[in-house]
Amino acid sequence: MTLTQIFIFTALGLVAGGFYKRVNRGWLLFLASVLAVFWLQPASLIRNLPFVLPAASLGLATAVWALTLPRETKISRQDWWAAGILGGLILLVSATRFIEPLSDLLAVRPPAVDFAAIFVLVLALFAGLLFWLVRGRMLALYLSIMLIVAILIVIKSPPLAQAASGALRSLSGQDPALASPLDFGWLGFSYIAFRLIHVLRDRAAGRLPAVSLRDFVTYIVFFPALTSGPIDRVERFTPQLQTDFLLDSDQLLTAGRRLITGLFMKFVLADALAFFALNAVNAWQVQSAGWMWLLLLAFSFRIFFDFAGYTHIAIGLGMLFGVVLPENFDQPYLKQNLTAFWNSWHMTLTQWVRSYYFNPVARWLRAHKIPILLVILFGQLTTMGLIGLWHGITWNFITWGFWHGAGLFIHNQWTAFSKTRPFSLSPSITVPLGIIATFAFVTIGWVWFALPQPADAARVFSVLVGMK
Amino acid sequence: MDSQKISFVRLIVKAALLFTVVILLFGAVNPMPAIGHMTLYNWLLPGRERLPYGDDPERSYNLNLYSLEAMFASHKLAGTSKAADEFRVFVIGDSSVWGFLLENKDTLAGALNAASLHSADGRRVVFYNLGHPTISLTKDLMILDYAMQYDPDLILWPVTLEAFPLSKQTSSPLVQNNANRVRELISRFDLPVDPNNVDLVAQDFWDRSLIGQRRNLADIVRLQLYGFMWAATRIDVHIPEEIKLRAVDLEASEDFAGLQPPELRAVDLAIDVLAAGIQRAGDVPVLVINEPIFVSDGANSEIRYNSFYPRWAYDSYRSLLQEQSQQSGWNYVDLWQAVANSEFTNTPIHLTPQGTLELTDATLAVFDDQFKLQP
Repeated sequence: MTLTQIFIFTALGLVAGGFYKRVNRGWLLFLASVLAVFWLQPASLIRNLPFVLPAASLGLATAVWALTLPRETKISRQDWWAAGILGGLILLVSATRFIEPLSDLLAVRPPAVDFAAIFVLVLALFAGLLFWLVRGRMLALYLSIMLIVAILIVIKSPPLAQAASGALRSLSGQDPALASPLDFGWLGFSYIAFRLIHVLRDRAAGRLPAVSLRDFVTYIVFFPALTSGPIDRVERFTPQLQTDFLLDSDQLLTAGRRLITGLFMKFVLADALAFFALNAVNAWQVQSAGWMWLLLLAFSFRIFFDFAGYTHIAIGLGMLFGVVLPENFDQPYLKQNLTAFWNSWHMTLTQWVRSYYFNPVARWLRAHKIPILLVILFGQLTTMGLIGLWHGITWNFITWGFWHGAGLFIHNQWTAFSKTRPFSLSPSITVPLGIIATFAFVTIGWVWFALPQPADAARVFSVLVGMK
Repeated sequence: MDSQKISFVRLIVKAALLFTVVILLFGAVNPMPAIGHMTLYNWLLPGRERLPYGDDPERSYNLNLYSLEAMFASHKLAGTSKAADEFRVFVIGDSSVWGFLLENKDTLAGALNAASLHSADGRRVVFYNLGHPTISLTKDLMILDYAMQYDPDLILWPVTLEAFPLSKQTSSPLVQNNANRVRELISRFDLPVDPNNVDLVAQDFWDRSLIGQRRNLADIVRLQLYGFMWAATRIDVHIPEEIKLRAVDLEASEDFAGLQPPELRAVDLAIDVLAAGIQRAGDVPVLVINEPIFVSDGANSEIRYNSFYPRWAYDSYRSLLQEQSQQSGWNYVDLWQAVANSEFTNTPIHLTPQGTLELTDATLAVFDDQFKLQP
């Protein structure tokens, strides 16, 4: 989100906040979120893609809603209205091509209305078929999860994203030779995908509450949390849309504090640190170990302020609209060990992966009499490897994930070991030592996260230890 | 209206009022010069070897800005007390002096420093690069005027015809955005430059306010932030792998800055601005050098020396400058052919490292001869 977008969302929250006795908050957030998906989507060199991708996000949300609706639940009048408005809004976005100031809603010229109409029709047919034919069927639920994971893999893997870009370019009559993985920037899909998988999995497990289409779509593409999370749970999020809310001065102050903190973190601290944070270019320019450490530290703090700042902004904006989003950071760089770090860094992602990967896998392994040590080792490595892959299917993110997986395993074993042989060191020594060691471990790990090529990382490590 | 709504409105009104007061107060006080002096350079970060300039900030860790205070504050000159054994030489001028497409060691000042000269009384000669990559004698004068506070012993002022046309005096963005400073120079030295020229950016109260100055403020902050990468890498210029060389085949045009043959007149050129600079230097000697240029032997080279200059204009300019220097008793040397044609890069005045060495050798001979500066 840009500063302008944040200010406009804030203004909308302030204006609407005083009028919720007259304005239906559920519908307002639905409308705003649907339009924001298009508005926030960045430009792409592939024709119509900045329209197609947001529309596909909405289509996927609708399809998954249709698929996961309990069989005994009937489609309500409100759901029909929501479906109609959703389709209407997608058509309206395309129709803005004829209305000059409104056409800026999309980063590129909106597509032809007949193209949008066909798109909406296909989506409606697809959602309808899912609803009438395979609603709630296990196979359909798991196939949907696989489809979403497949899309995620294509987006996150540079060669696959490039191939997809080439295919889309061919479809739209453009030169596929010019395809680039950067063409395929599907805004917020990493978060959308994990929300959808959570819903599908919980439906398969029979623990998903019935949710209206309006609230479900709002949950999936809620604009404050679209670009950088947090990843909320549907049963926690949607009831908040049903409660009475009127923005009062206390809430305004709390929201304002979060917004200002977030703006300061993101647009002052993170953006300032970006000037000299480690990257693939300066990794080869810096000659001294001291400066290389400074660049690495700058990256370490930059990534924290950037991400935590966005989270503050998302939570602050959510508060203005009466939605309390979950916290995502809790002073992670002040934790005494790696386990505590991962319980306080991108907490909603960690909880998601724990719920939908680590716990089931660990249970399955235990059930198959695998030794506990191997269960922990395998679980930690693959869980963190998965979190690495979520950031991108490239060697550096995988290495970063395994670095943390190994660190968590070692910490786990150290904790078990130290319980049997308690040390007599004072907390005034162990606490700062633990914080420094954890921070150093995490910061060294950022080398892989920051640099796309193995040679870059090797060069940085050699300078860091004074071998260059 | 209930109490909560009253608090809400009061909060918004108070915040808006406070915001407005700060914005307007900024315009009334005009703290930009004072802010320009606030710098991380020369204490936390090493001073820069040359004035800030960068068309590609992300790769050169350098940027263009208009605050002379901030530019000089970032230069190592501002952080260097003049030692008793230092003979201080400022090198002012255009992009060829600044060192376009050259690392610091390969600029004229860098090469002159490498020669380790000493003055006749035994002081170490230290050269400071105060070039700025825009061509205008008025811009040079403005920099010289500001730099005089740093107590030079000698000023080296390489010039080229492109800096002389009256129409180009206000074309430098640095000049345009320092309108008050330039108007003061025009008035002080009675320069042949129109103080009401539309190029000179007029600032009203709103422009001086916090909102109006946000871009300049951001540039000053960015200059500090790029300082970290400057300190870490000593990179302050982006030199591409491949450079498109200056044109050899030329257009068959005799036009120069809207002037036509057969010859230039003194009134067509800003010689008075050069004179003002020498006057401003006072007792400090100024050595004016006519810079080397590329001389083409391609198509239409019988009409033009290069893409910058038709032959009639350049020959006429050299005569005028020589004549004016003799009449006024200036220290002047014409080094227009001191560098081999193969040592020019993307323009007829930008030099390769080898070209700079050739110019340095020619300059060293003049130093020895006129100022007794020797290795």
